Amino acid sequence: MPGSLTRDAITIALVTGVLVWVLPLIIGTYTLTVLVIYGMLALSLGLIWGFGGILCFGQAAFFGLGAYAYAISAINIGESTLPMFLAVLVPAAFAALLGAMMFYGRLGDVYLGVITLVVTLILFKTVNSTAGPQYAIGNARLGGFNGIPGFPTLNVPGLPDAYIWGDGYFYVCAALLGLVYMLVTALLRSSFGRVAVGIRENETRMSLMGYDVRARKTVMFAIGAAIAGLAGALFANWAEIVTPSLFSLGQSAEIIIWCIVGGLGTRLGPVLGAAGLAYLKFLLGQQALIDNALVTGLVLVLFVLFLPKGIVPALSGLWNFGFVRWRLPGHIHQRRRPRGRERTRNG
Amino acid sequence: MDDVALETYGLTMRFGGVIAANRVDFRLRALELRCLIGPNGAGKSTFFRCITGLQRPTEGEVYMRGIETTGWMPHRIASLGVGIKTQTPNVMDSLSVHENIWLAARRFHDLREADRKTQEIIELLALGEIARDDLGRLAHGERQRVELGLVAAGDPWLILLDEPAAGLSAGDIERMTGTIRELNSRAALIIVEHDMQFIRSIAETVTVFHQGKVLMEDHVDRVMSDPVVRNVYLGKKA
Ligand SMILES: Nc1ncnc2c1ncn2[C@@H]1O[C@H](COP(=O)(O)OP(=O)(O)O)[C@@H](O)[C@H]1O
Ligand SMILES: [Mg+2]
Repeated sequence: MPGSLTRDAITIALVTGVLVWVLPLIIGTYTLTVLVIYGMLALSLGLIWGFGGILCFGQAAFFGLGAYAYAISAINIGESTLPMFLAVLVPAAFAALLGAMMFYGRLGDVYLGVITLVVTLILFKTVNSTAGPQYAIGNARLGGFNGIPGFPTLNVPGLPDAYIWGDGYFYVCAALLGLVYMLVTALLRSSFGRVAVGIRENETRMSLMGYDVRARKTVMFAIGAAIAGLAGALFANWAEIVTPSLFSLGQSAEIIIWCIVGGLGTRLGPVLGAAGLAYLKFLLGQQALIDNALVTGLVLVLFVLFLPKGIVPALSGLWNFGFVRWRLPGHIHQRRRPRGRERTRNG
Repeated sequence: MDDVALETYGLTMRFGGVIAANRVDFRLRALELRCLIGPNGAGKSTFFRCITGLQRPTEGEVYMRGIETTGWMPHRIASLGVGIKTQTPNVMDSLSVHENIWLAARRFHDLREADRKTQEIIELLALGEIARDDLGRLAHGERQRVELGLVAAGDPWLILLDEPAAGLSAGDIERMTGTIRELNSRAALIIVEHDMQFIRSIAETVTVFHQGKVLMEDHVDRVMSDPVVRNVYLGKKA
């Protein structure tokens, strides 16, 4: 990535600011809020999958854990500040344990997919079956398939009675997405991020150069879970109820589709993919003619067939092409000596 | 023990019924350059993978500078200061030449030093012109050269190369010979090779593998003229 981190940070802040100002003129802030939250959730998978090479079929598990950690602790504590932190820490710790098990056990990619999938299923089943009054953590009844309603929602830190809701809540969510986006950018610019991309490209080579691949993947996995957990807590505040469907495989699948459609290996792609598809789903939800899942599936198939790299890589490819042609008409002819044996990029 | 770079005692690797390495005792002095030769399937790569931690030997021990490293994972062995190139190319194809080498340098240096080291390696291997190109787009010889750069970037004192000259043109081999000589001024090397001409040009002592065992270990001239070795290579019964 060329340019400096400061410039990136300013760009991100400006773009976030403009979008937060313009978008509410077109879409209601209540809907926008959930688009922003899904964008953050997609970014969490986009980071570990697109840059870390870890395909997790259970990103929804961390989303759900974050939401439940928030709801349960908010009921017990009575305000939101500490619960917000717990919603980040609990999924991160859980992912660190799960990741250590998988990566130190030298499991192949397929097993990793299966295990994350199974863990999500187990969480879903477990939470789903906690309907009785005996299932409670402190004052919080888990409520089984009914979920947990009625927990304290986000308040200004230190002022438990100053709730943040409506437009204000949208601004908080958008600012947090901007902040997370900046942190992800900084991470990818850091040595840790560059090494992570190296590991995505060739684990064997990186370990032959002295990098402990297992430890680094575990950390990356936990960072992804922390972001997903934050998104989960924000979702809990938006919905004002948490239910086991947060852990569902359908939710996990959707996150993967957002990433594919938006473009893996980019930061912006997953965010756009999530917001775009979730908005489409919202529009379709207002009519009963076409089935929602059908459209999502159709979009995925079309993208895999015609735009397999996703929206953002396709657009930036187009942009670079046009830019080079326009700015440097002679550049193409000035390429260096031809290569003896050209290899394909993914060869 | 610093005068001994690498030792193995009774190193054995079984794959089911196949004994790919059979009680190999091996010793490499500091700054020594050793070639391993032997017909296909002799067990050279297996021996190599057992030393580098890519495989865990069934029996036997490995010592590096007197430290027992038997069964260590590759990253721990590499972290000791061991540079490794496997038989099949192992590089980060969709990253640039510069990024590849930087990643290798960063493991052993802080940020500023890593940038400097990367530049130094790029100059050493004359990669300046292709430094910003994706590695996957380069010709085979160039990729081999970059992989040698990845090995060199960590300033290793022990370098293990499995078939570095495979598939290279005469010019590329000549260039590689020069680089290897240069590396040998600071590191001991084990080079697994087939190319006899290449071996003659760099090696003094050669170890011959045959059916998982060390068949012979001697000066390159004596090895090359040995009737038993010649027979092994020609596939006749010794
Ligand atoms: N992973 C493996 N599983 C089973 N057999 C193997 C494996 N690796 C190597 N071998 C066998 O071990 C013997 C030595 O192979 P190798 O070490 O690759 O030889 P070389 O590098 O000298 O050509 C061969 O017979 C080969 O088939
Ligand atoms: Mg071999």
